[in-house]
This record gives sequence, structure tokens and C-alpha cells, in this order.
Amino acid sequence: MPIIETKDLTYTYQGATKPSIREVSIKIEKGEFVILTGPSGCGKTTLCRCFNGLIPHFYTGTLNGTINVANLDVTKHQIHELARHVGFVFQNPENQLFALSVEKDVAFALENLGTPRAEMQERIEWALKAVGAYELRERAPHELSGGQQQRVAIASVLAMQPNVMILDEPTSFLDPLTAKKIFEVIAELNEQLGITVILVEHRLDLTAQYADHVIIMDEGKVVLDGNPRDIFNSEEARLIGVGIPKATRLFQILKEDGINIKSVPISSAEAAKALRRILKHD
Amino acid sequence: MIETKDVYFTYPNGVEALKGVSLLINDGEFVAIMGQNGAGKTTLVKHFNGLLKPTKGEVLVDSINTRETSVAKLARNVGFVFQNPDHQLFCESVEEEIAFGLRNFGFEESLIKKRVDWALNLLDLTKYRQTSPFLLSGGERKRVALASVLAWDPKTVVLDEPTIGQDHRQKEKLRQFIVQLNTQGKTVVVVTHDVEFVAESNPRVVLMSEGKIVADGLAEKILTDEALLTKASIVPPQISQIFLQLSDLGFPANIIDVYQARDVLLKRLEARRK
Ligand SMILES: Nc1ncnc2c1ncn2[C@@H]1O[C@H](COP(=O)(O)OP(=O)(O)OP(=O)(O)O)[C@@H](O)[C@H]1O
Ligand SMILES: Nc1ncnc2c1ncn2[C@@H]1O[C@H](COP(=O)(O)OP(=O)(O)OP(=O)(O)O)[C@@H](O)[C@H]1O
Ligand SMILES: [Mg+2]
Ligand SMILES: [Mg+2]
Repeated sequence: MPIIETKDLTYTYQGATKPSIREVSIKIEKGEFVILTGPSGCGKTTLCRCFNGLIPHFYTGTLNGTINVANLDVTKHQIHELARHVGFVFQNPENQLFALSVEKDVAFALENLGTPRAEMQERIEWALKAVGAYELRERAPHELSGGQQQRVAIASVLAMQPNVMILDEPTSFLDPLTAKKIFEVIAELNEQLGITVILVEHRLDLTAQYADHVIIMDEGKVVLDGNPRDIFNSEEARLIGVGIPKATRLFQILKEDGINIKSVPISSAEAAKALRRILKHD
Repeated sequence: MIETKDVYFTYPNGVEALKGVSLLINDGEFVAIMGQNGAGKTTLVKHFNGLLKPTKGEVLVDSINTRETSVAKLARNVGFVFQNPDHQLFCESVEEEIAFGLRNFGFEESLIKKRVDWALNLLDLTKYRQTSPFLLSGGERKRVALASVLAWDPKTVVLDEPTIGQDHRQKEKLRQFIVQLNTQGKTVVVVTHDVEFVAESNPRVVLMSEGKIVADGLAEKILTDEALLTKASIVPPQISQIFLQLSDLGFPANIIDVYQARDVLLKRLEARRK
């Protein structure tokens, strides 16, 4: 039984002239690390809003088809019920922070889940340290830099350790080293606790290596859905304008020049290994 | 020309965000400011159009001290795009948003129309002309913010994280446009975490850390200096990472772009064959 399943999901925002997502039928298994990508405006955020009930409970509009998340029919369960299972890091971190201090912001979701005091303290500390924001814990969220806000938004979801973690372009405000470290933490949660991760991202150089499932959307539709290596290396992905990892791109360009690397690299380590081999053999 | 002389800045809550920044950006330069979260990048560039005034030290824009002029006067020459588009957008339609600055600077109606059409087209927003910016996707909103500044064609553009929310294709289009602006003699300053974006344009890179400038030089030099990058919380571009892992094979150290990489690899394989 998939943890997320949609069937023929079509959604039109109130007042919009056409659907923002169309006939989306996907299955996400428990414990998968999914990358969801595609051109700006293709419907990624809209689809994610269906996973935590913002659609149809907050954004009204017209919804057709079915959405099931953690055995719940999203249309029949309220946002706060779904929040027990699904954590969401918004594309714009500012829209997520409202408490008077960083620490209180991270505590907020845990309080709502009824987490015991002692455990709460532990989790807050762990999450803030994991994103490198522990020193900021007493600061007001609106007095932070963009990336510091993003770190706090991520910490509040990490602290919850929900069954499903949705991150909508979390790296856009993060410095690269912090992004790398945070992904290592998320990958660990994914591996060890079986947390399902759905990552919306345009920049795949840092994250492709963690994915075991890639979904690409274009103009509201799912156009590619499957194995990362096959998808990143496909002609379709490039034509849609997906920013495939540079390691993969280099391999494609070399292939045009008659140099064939057998397995498709999606990380720098894989590319370096493959290049070393052909440089030695030649 | 933008010059900061030993600039310090402290926010009202007591955070000292800039600790003695001296920087000269000449007319016609293309500069990328990079560095870790909270390093002071946004704080620094907000000084370039007078949004913030130094607590100590001074900022000169075309030899005018920003303390002695207004943001309104500076804005005509120094266009500023905010990191977070929501801090910038307020009109009811995309078209109105883009026209706003032009009206403000007293452009003629016929020219306004032309510039709006041009900007809509440049940023792929024509179909959203009548749409409210608040009903757009994250990447689309950022493009509206960019369009509304580029429309009035300021002499200097300061773009805080211009690639946020942009897909590969939009990003490449934007990059080519920025490069083109720069070849036309405009000054371009971008604040960015996007190493791949920088690697493809090879601008001057100014690295910041904890309120100070820690390095200043050409991208191919800075982005391949691992120790320096770690200090500024940056990961080298993926291509450069590949060659760092092959450093024992004697490749040059400054390879940051795929096409550069292809060329050196082909040359090496060719030499082996002979
Ligand atoms: N609240 C809304 N009301 C009406 N239309 C909307 C609303 N939010 C988004 N849209 C439209 O729906 C489409 C999909 O938007 P969505 O935010 O899902 O895109 P996205 O793939 O997340 O894009 P990005 O990569 O730029 O964030 C776009 O055409 C957008 O303009
Ligand atoms: N409005 C504010 N009030 C108080 N402190 C602030 C404010 N904005 C930023 N700061 C603090 O000033 C320092 C520099 O922030 P700034 O926004 O310039 O960083 P940045 O380099 O742009 O970071 P990012 O990459 O995260 O955008 C940080 O320590 C930040 O917490
Ligand atoms: Mg989005
Ligand atoms: Mg900033």
C-alpha cells in the first residue's frame, strides 16, 4: 500500500481559467526519497498542497480525482489531522514563521502534536543543531537573513519527524555547504526511520544522489515517473529543460564525441570514478 | 561606480552584520557576492541604493554619499531586486507591477507600454499580464520582481538571489541576459548561492564571511580553492568536484564548466592515443 497515491487528480484554483494540475496519477511508497521537478509554474507546489490538505481545505477551487495520504482520504480529513503525518517546508520560509522566537517556532508544531515536555526540548535542540541554527534560538524569526529563516523552517519540520516530509525548494535560500549538511541529515532520517521524503528542487547537483524515485511534471501533467538514472539521462528530461546533474550532462556530451561511459553518473564521485577508468584504459 | 569605505552596520537588535567592508565596484563590472547564510550579503547590497545607511564608514554611488541623497533618487540608477519577491510586489496585476516604476520615473505612456511588453516577454510572463502577482508560483513571482526593475533599464542592477525558484531554462535565459547587459556596459551585482550559475558566467567573485570580505577574484580561481570555499560555506561546482577527485592525474585546477571539462578530457585522450 503506497503512502501517497493520487488517481486522475485535477485541480483548478478559484477564479483560474484552467487547471494547474491535470490527471495526475502517482504512487509514492513508504520510505522513498522522491525528487519532484519540472519547469517553473508546472504545478509542483500545487501538487504538494494536495498532500497536506491545503488543497482542498484552505485553497478552495475545483478538485477531481482522489488523493490518499497515509491511508487517509485527504478530502475527508482536516489539515490538522493530516499534519500528524505530513510535515511541509514552504517555498517561502517567511510564510511559515510567526512566533516571537526561533525556539518557539520550532516548539509550536510539537506542542500541537502533544509531544511530552522533556522530549520536546531534546528534539528542538537536535533539530536546531542539525540545521546550524542553535545559536539563533532566542532571535526573532523576522530579524533573520533569508537563509537563516529557511534553516529554522526546516528545523521545525525535522523536529516533528513526520511520516512524510515535503520540502518545497528548500535549498533556494541556503548556502551550499549548509544545504549539503541538511540533506545528509534528511537522507539519514529517510534511511534509518523510513521517513518518506518528497523534495521539490530545480538544482539537482546536490540532491540527485539521494533520490530513489524521480517525478517530472510539465504544464500540470506528470510526464516522467521512475528511476533517477534513466530519467536524468533521458532526452525528454533535457528537452523539458530540467537541470540534470552536471556529472550526467558531462557524460552525455562526451558520448556525442564518441566516448562511452557505461553506467550513467549522477554524482561527482561516480563521474570521477568512471573517468579514471577510461583515462587509464585508453 | 559603487564604493564602500570601511562600512560597519548594526541592526537595531544589536546584531553587527557588517564589520569593516571596503569594496570598489567599477562601472561595467559583473560581480557575484557569495558566502554563508547570515554573512551580511543582503545587508551590504542594501547599502548600494541607500536602503540602509552605514552605522560607520561611508558608501559612495557615482561619487555621491548615500547619506546625502534619497533612495528615490538613487533608484533610477541603481535598480534593486529583493531576495524575497514578496517584499517588493504590491500591485493588483503583473502589468501594473512592471509599469509602476516606469510611471514613478516619469516615462511617457507610449514608452511605458513598450517597456512593459518587453519585460513581460523577457521573463516569460506575457500570459500573466492581467494576473495578480500573489496568485503566481514562487518562481513566477521572482520573475515579476526582476521584470519590474529591469523594465526601467537602470545603469546598475543589484539582484539578490535572482535564480531563486527558476528552472534550468529560465535560469539560462536570465544568465544570458545578464551577460548581455554587462557587455552593453551596465554594472551587474548579483548575490547568489548558485555556484553552477556563477561557474557558467565566470564573473568577479566577492566572498563574504561573518560581516567581512574574505576573498575577491575571478570565479574560476575562487570556486576551485577548496579551503577558501569551506570557509565561506560553499561547495565547489560539480564539475570542479570531479576534477578535484582526479587531481593526481595532473589536470589544471580551474575547470568549472562542462564544456571546459570536455575540452581537457578530449585533449588528454587524444594525447594518449598518439
Ligand atoms: N493561489 C493560486 N491561485 C491561482 N493560480 C495559482 C495559484 N497558485 C499558483 N497558481 C498557478 O498554478 C500554476 C502552478 O503553480 P505552482 O505554484 O504549483 O507551480 P510550481 O511548479 O510550484 O512553480 P515554481 O517552480 O515557480 O514554484 C501556475 O500557472 C500558477 O500561476
Ligand atoms: N531585519 C533584521 N534585523 C536584525 N538582524 C538582521 C536583520 N536582517 C538580517 N539580520 C542579521 O544580520 C546578519 C546578516 O544578515 P544578511 O541578511 O545580510 O545575511 P545574508 O548574507 O544575506 O544571508 P542569506 O544568505 O541567508 O540571505 C545575520 O546575522 C542576520 O541574522
Ligand atoms: Mg513552487
Ligand atoms: Mg540574503
